[in-house]
Amino acid sequence: MTTATENTATGAAGDGPPLRTASMHTRTLPGWFPPVLLVACAAVVSGALFALGSFHPASATVLTALVYLIAIVVASAVVENGRKATDRLVTGIVYCCFVLAMVPLVSLLTTVVVNGVRRFDLYFLSVSMNGVIPSMDAGGVYHAIVGTLVITGIATAISVPVGLLTAIYVVEYGRGRLKAAITFFVDVMTGIPSIVAGLFVVALWIMIFGPGQTNGLAGAISLSVLMIPVVVRSSEEMLRLVPADLREASYALGVPKWLTIVKVVLPTAVAGLTTGIMLALARVIGETAPLILTAGTSSTRINANPAEGQMMSLPVFIYQQVRAMGSSGDAGVFSEERAWAAALTLILVVMLLFLAARLVSRFFSPKLGR
Amino acid sequence: MAKRIDVSDLNVYYGKFHAVENVNMTIEPRSVTAFIGSSGCGKTTFLRTLNRMHEVTPGASVTGKVMLDDIDIYDPSVDPVAVRREIGMVFQRANPFPTMSIYDNVLAGAKLNNQRISKRRADEIVERSLRDANLWDEVKNRLNKPGAGLSGGQQQRLCIARATAVEPAVLLMDEPCSALDPISTLAIEDLISKLKENYTIVIVTHNMQQAARVSDRTAFFNVEDTGKPGKLIEIGDTNKIFTKPDKKETENYITGRFG
Ligand SMILES: Nc1ncnc2c1ncn2[C@@H]1O[C@H](COP(=O)(O)OP(=O)(O)OP(=O)(O)O)[C@@H](O)[C@H]1O
Ligand SMILES: [Mg+2]
Repeated sequence: MTTATENTATGAAGDGPPLRTASMHTRTLPGWFPPVLLVACAAVVSGALFALGSFHPASATVLTALVYLIAIVVASAVVENGRKATDRLVTGIVYCCFVLAMVPLVSLLTTVVVNGVRRFDLYFLSVSMNGVIPSMDAGGVYHAIVGTLVITGIATAISVPVGLLTAIYVVEYGRGRLKAAITFFVDVMTGIPSIVAGLFVVALWIMIFGPGQTNGLAGAISLSVLMIPVVVRSSEEMLRLVPADLREASYALGVPKWLTIVKVVLPTAVAGLTTGIMLALARVIGETAPLILTAGTSSTRINANPAEGQMMSLPVFIYQQVRAMGSSGDAGVFSEERAWAAALTLILVVMLLFLAARLVSRFFSPKLGR
Repeated sequence: MAKRIDVSDLNVYYGKFHAVENVNMTIEPRSVTAFIGSSGCGKTTFLRTLNRMHEVTPGASVTGKVMLDDIDIYDPSVDPVAVRREIGMVFQRANPFPTMSIYDNVLAGAKLNNQRISKRRADEIVERSLRDANLWDEVKNRLNKPGAGLSGGQQQRLCIARATAVEPAVLLMDEPCSALDPISTLAIEDLISKLKENYTIVIVTHNMQQAARVSDRTAFFNVEDTGKPGKLIEIGDTNKIFTKPDKKETENYITGRFG
């Protein structure tokens, strides 16, 4: 490499034709240099901060990042060239942004896990709050898990067919005014605040069954109002991704349009469709406001019948426990612990559902490769 | 089995764009008709009107008549699905079904239509179609692997096998060999010669030698200018088109002189 640089020099001196290829060789910093530099920067910064007596992990991290960025740019500019130095700078910034983006996520997860495990055990998962008075060190989320599964299950059972069929209509059949109108209203519906959806269902229930009759089913309906537009939008995108070539290949074999949709378009898009449905489900499974209005906040016993009375769910359970956190003495502490454990449960439920969906779509999706 | 196609006063549009103008031609049964012409002159567009695939494109329309023996396929009472069962098609770009295995891809015509066939019969169809398309030896050990895992040329031959598996009366082939090596091209040409004993075959090609080798009749399309509709310049026996065509344009195209 050094000879290459010398070549350029001699070339420029007019010794034979200038070797253009010579400039393609530059000295590079060895691969171990950036990590070592980073560790060195961290050590220096921490040492300096300790000496000043003002060490704090956050400030140390930020300072280390800054010092490292400056050091690597200077080192690169000296040893390598200007373009490489820019490259190193931008690479460094990108990594910083990545770390920055990960901070809230990791901190949220660790907080939930650390606080949640204090009460998270089989007992907590398998009992309800029936008969538990605030000062008792007892009670669990079983009834809320049942409620969440029943309510979101019904919401999904309503939203997926309606949403998917709407998406199929819009992508495969719709044209003109009706299609434009549907697309417009779906867009508007995506923006409906969740509490308004809850209010709408409460009004509907009052109209049909009279006041005070809301139940788990009402909760499920209000969630499906929120879920349908999300399912429609994501399914629409996924169906559009199916190449027109495949539809034509099917038509050319004399396959009617509906069979083409059922047997070619849907199977090809299945992975994307399940992901979209899972995202919609994840969005509504944590909805609290409409469920407070519809399924109620006061149920403490196990109720798996959506048509009968109030129904607890995980987010509402968390809400209810957080409200009780202010209670004096042990009652407040117990409530706080229950709230965190329920939050952990909710996250685990969502993760389990995602895992299941991944498996489903892995099973059905187009198989590439040999 | 084989059927005659009679096209009269056919005009083809994409929305307002007039793509192909006033075509009149007869496509003889039990023979191979080749379409040649410069890129963008409307060969694909015209070919797709022959099995009503054109109307799948949003905004596309057709005027005129296409008779399949004694049925006008554009008659309002005719079901396009029934037309496409009679007139199969191989596309310019290979499009195997990514969700299906090689085996299922060949049988797609039956499977997608929910037709029941015995395992023995299915195996027979698959082997025959793949042999005809010169693909059998390459895939016989991995019939249950996905069709999308094949090379581009293998995929194209798979699509040819898929189209012949349903034994249509007419087979439309849009540049079936443009992605193939010379050996597979020869195999496909052999297949075409064999199929023409029973079927009517239309093939679009940019390869003059191929047109001369496989076709009985040749149709030359041309377009004056971009934005103008493409036209059928002349159609006749392949020998005549390649030796003493009636039109100067045809001669220029075939001998490689333009303008
Ligand atoms: N879907 C479409 N919408 C609008 N115009 C189209 C569409 N498909 C093709 N065209 C136009 O119609 C004309 C004919 O196209 P076509 O695909 O039939 O040409 P071709 O003769 O098959 O060309 P090639 O030899 O390159 O395949 C071209 O001007 C093209 O731009
Ligand atoms: Mg074409």
